[in-house]
Amino acid sequence: MSKATHLRSMLAMLGPFLALLVVYVIFGSLNSRFFTTDVALNILTQTVIVATAAIGMTLIIISGGIDLSVGSMIALSCVFCAWLTTKGMDPLMIFAATIAFGAFCGACNGSLTVKLKLLPFIVTLGTMQIFRGAAKVATNGTPINLPTTVSAWKPWMGGVGLPYGVWMMLALVLLFSLMLRFTRFGRHIFAVGSNELTATLCGLPVARIKILVYTIGGAMAGLAAIMNMAKSSQGDPTTATGMELDVIAAVVIGGASLSGGEGSVLGALVGALLMTTIRNGCGMNGIPTPWTEVITGAIIVIAVIIDRLRHRKA
Amino acid sequence: MLHGSGHSAHRLIMRNIRKTFGPTIALGKVDLEVLPGEVHALVGENGAGKSTLMKILSGAHAADTGEMLFDGMIYRPKNPLDARAQGVGMIYQELSIAPHLTVEENIVLGMEPTMGPFIDRKTMRQRAMEALSHFDHPDLKPTARAGDLSVSVQQLIEIGRSLAMGCKLLVFDEPTSSLAQKDIERLFLLIDRLKATGISIVYISHFLEEVKRLATRLTILRDGCAVATRDVASTSPEEIVSLMVGRDVKDLYPRSSRQRGEKVLEINQLAGKEKPKNVSLDLYRGEVIGIAGLVGSGRTEFLRTLFGLDPIVAGDVTVHAVTTTAPSPAERWKQGIGILSENRKEEGLALNLSIADNITLSSLKNFGRYGIVSPAVMSQRSAKWIEKLGIKCQAATQKISALSGGNQQKAALARLLEHEVDILLLDEPTRGIDIAAKARIYEAINEIVTDANNPRAVIVISSYLPELFGICDRIAVMSRGTLTRAVPVADITAEDVMRVATGKSDNL
Repeated sequence: MSKATHLRSMLAMLGPFLALLVVYVIFGSLNSRFFTTDVALNILTQTVIVATAAIGMTLIIISGGIDLSVGSMIALSCVFCAWLTTKGMDPLMIFAATIAFGAFCGACNGSLTVKLKLLPFIVTLGTMQIFRGAAKVATNGTPINLPTTVSAWKPWMGGVGLPYGVWMMLALVLLFSLMLRFTRFGRHIFAVGSNELTATLCGLPVARIKILVYTIGGAMAGLAAIMNMAKSSQGDPTTATGMELDVIAAVVIGGASLSGGEGSVLGALVGALLMTTIRNGCGMNGIPTPWTEVITGAIIVIAVIIDRLRHRKA
Repeated sequence: MLHGSGHSAHRLIMRNIRKTFGPTIALGKVDLEVLPGEVHALVGENGAGKSTLMKILSGAHAADTGEMLFDGMIYRPKNPLDARAQGVGMIYQELSIAPHLTVEENIVLGMEPTMGPFIDRKTMRQRAMEALSHFDHPDLKPTARAGDLSVSVQQLIEIGRSLAMGCKLLVFDEPTSSLAQKDIERLFLLIDRLKATGISIVYISHFLEEVKRLATRLTILRDGCAVATRDVASTSPEEIVSLMVGRDVKDLYPRSSRQRGEKVLEINQLAGKEKPKNVSLDLYRGEVIGIAGLVGSGRTEFLRTLFGLDPIVAGDVTVHAVTTTAPSPAERWKQGIGILSENRKEEGLALNLSIADNITLSSLKNFGRYGIVSPAVMSQRSAKWIEKLGIKCQAATQKISALSGGNQQKAALARLLEHEVDILLLDEPTRGIDIAAKARIYEAINEIVTDANNPRAVIVISSYLPELFGICDRIAVMSRGTLTRAVPVADITAEDVMRVATGKSDNL
C-alpha cells in the first residue's frame, strides 16, 4: 500500500480521536478544573449508557440497518428490570433476564424488517412508539422506585482504578472490535451492509445475519437499561427519551456510513465520549445548555462532512 | 515551438502533452493528430491516460507542458465552456443533463441568448431547432423535459449542445456504455453523418468492434504514452491488444487442446417462474459451453434459477450425480458451483469492502476454525490471485471500488477460483471491461478447463458472438426462455446462432 493511502487510512481512524483530544484540550484551557481525574472519570461514567447502546447500533448500521427504537427499548427494559428488582429476584438473574428481554425486543425489530421486507427506519419508528407506550402502560406512567436496600448499589461505584461500568464498556468495545474483524460473522455483517445482493450471491445466510444483528443490538440496549436503572435507582418509563439520536450520532461521528458496510465500535465509543465531553465542558464553563446542543449538532455535521471528503478522495 | 501556418490540414494537433498529478505521471509525452472529417479512435487500458488527455483537450485540465493547435491556431482552452466556444465539444460517459430543464434550455445551457436581462426565447428555439435538425428523432421536441427522456435521447441533447455552438471536433467518451443495441446503431449512423459534414471525432472505446465500425485511424495509449497510431483497417485485434498491454498477445482467444471428462452437471427440464422454460443441458469436465441469445431471452434467469437465486418451478438439476430440486445458493457453493454476476457493481461485488474481502467472501470458512478468520491469511491468499490474474492494485487490503472495471471483474472471477469450484457459471464476464482485461479473462477460462491437475467446467453467457465462438467448445442458443441443444462450435456459424436467437429458426 502506498504511503499516502496508508496515511489517509490512519487519519481516518484517528480523526475522531483527534477531535476528542482537541475538544478536551480546549475546555481544559478554558477552565483548569477540567483537567482533573474527577472530571475525566465523570465523563467516562456518563458515557457508559450511550456507548453500550452504541456498540449494538454500530453492528446494525454496518449491516445497513438502523434502530430508532433504542431509546424506548432502554426505557421498557429499564422498567422491566426495576419490576424484577422489586420482586426481590437474584441480581444475576435480573441482569440475565433484562438482557434477554432487550434481545427479544431487538429480535422483533429484526424479524419484522427481514421477514416482511420492511424498511428498518419505518419498522423501528413504529416500535419506538410501541416500546415507549408499553413502558408507560406497564407503570401507569409513574416510575417504579427501587427498594431502599437496592438503591444504594451502583455499578460504577468501586472497581479497580476505574468504575466497574467503565471496565465493562471498555471490555465490550474490545470484544466487539475483535469480533467484527476476526470472525466470520463480523466479516459477514460488513458484506451484508456493503452489498446485500453480493452476500446472497455468495451464499451468506443474509436473513439470519440481520436478525442476529438486531438481536445483539437489543441485548446491548438491555445492558444499557440495567446501567440506566442503577444510575437513577428507578424504572422510569420516560427515561432515555431521544437517546436514540445520541446513540446514532456517536456511531456516525465514529466513522460509520449510514448506507452500511463501514463503521467501527471503537469509533462509536470515541463519538460517545466526544459528546459527553462537550456537555461536561460546556456545563463547567457556564455555557448555557442550548449552546451545548448547537455545538454537539455542529460536531455531528462536521463529522459527516469529513467522512464525505474522505470518500471523495479515496 | 509550433507555428500556425503549414498545419492547417489538421483539425487538431496535440504535441508533447505532459501532465502530472503530484508524483504520478498521468501523461508522459503524448502526440495526437486528428484530420477534418476523421473518426479517430483512442484506445488503452483503464489508467492509460485517455481521460486525462481528453480532459486537457476539453479544457477541464491544463497540460504541464506541450502545445495544441486547432485548425492551425494555437489552442489553449481555459475551461470546458471556453473549449466549446473554440470548437471542441465533449460528450461525457456520465451525461451532464439538467433533468428539470427542457431540451432547448439544456442545449443553450451556459450560453443562453439574452435580450437585456431576459432570455431570448425565440433565438433559443431557433438555435435548438438547428442543432436538433441533425438528429431526426421523434421524441426530441425542444419543449420536452429532459428528465422524461431516455438515456439515448439525453445523449443526443448533449451532442446537440456542442453542435449548437458550432463545434468542429467532438470527443465521445465510451458513448455506448449505457445504450441499448438499437440506440447504438442509431448513434453510429449519426456519427457517420457528422463525419460526412466534416466534423472530426475522437472516439474513446473499450470495444474493438466499435472502433472497426467507425474509425479510420486509432491511437493506442499505454501508461501515459501514445505507443502507436495505426490505420484501423490494416491492424489486427491481436496487434492492438499487444500494443495496449505491452506484451505479445498471440491469440486473443487462446485454446489449448481440450479433453472432455466425466459429466459434472445434468440439467433436466428446468423451469423458472417465467423463464427459463424446460431447459435441458449436460456439462462435462474440461469444456466451455456458451449460451448465446438476445438480451431478455432468459439467459441470466437460466443461470440464476440453476444457482438457486431464483426459484425452480419444475425440473431438476444433478450435480456430480446428486439430484436437487430446491437448492439455495449456499448449497450450490457447497456442491462446487460458483456464479459470476452480470451486474458487477449492483450484485457481483461489495464495493466498499477490500479486494481480499471480496475474493474470500464465499469461502470464509477456510480461513480459520470456530468462526474465527485471519485477515492476514485472507490477504495472502488474495495476493496470489492478484498476481496470477494480473489485478492492478496497491494491495489486497485496498477497497475494490478503487479498481478499474476490468480489474474488479478479475477479482470477481478470483472469488470462484479461490472457492475451488468445479463448475463456473459466468454471466457476461467481459461486459464493459477493457480489451486487455478481456484477454486475461479469456486466458483464465482456457486455463480453468485445461488445467492438467484439475480441469473444471464452464458455462458462459455472452452477447458478443466472436467471443463465444472464440472460447467455447459448444454453443447453445436461448430464445424466449427455451434453450437449443449445445452444438460444437465447428458445426455452426454466427448466422445459424442469430437465426435461432431472433426466432427465425427453432433449432441449431
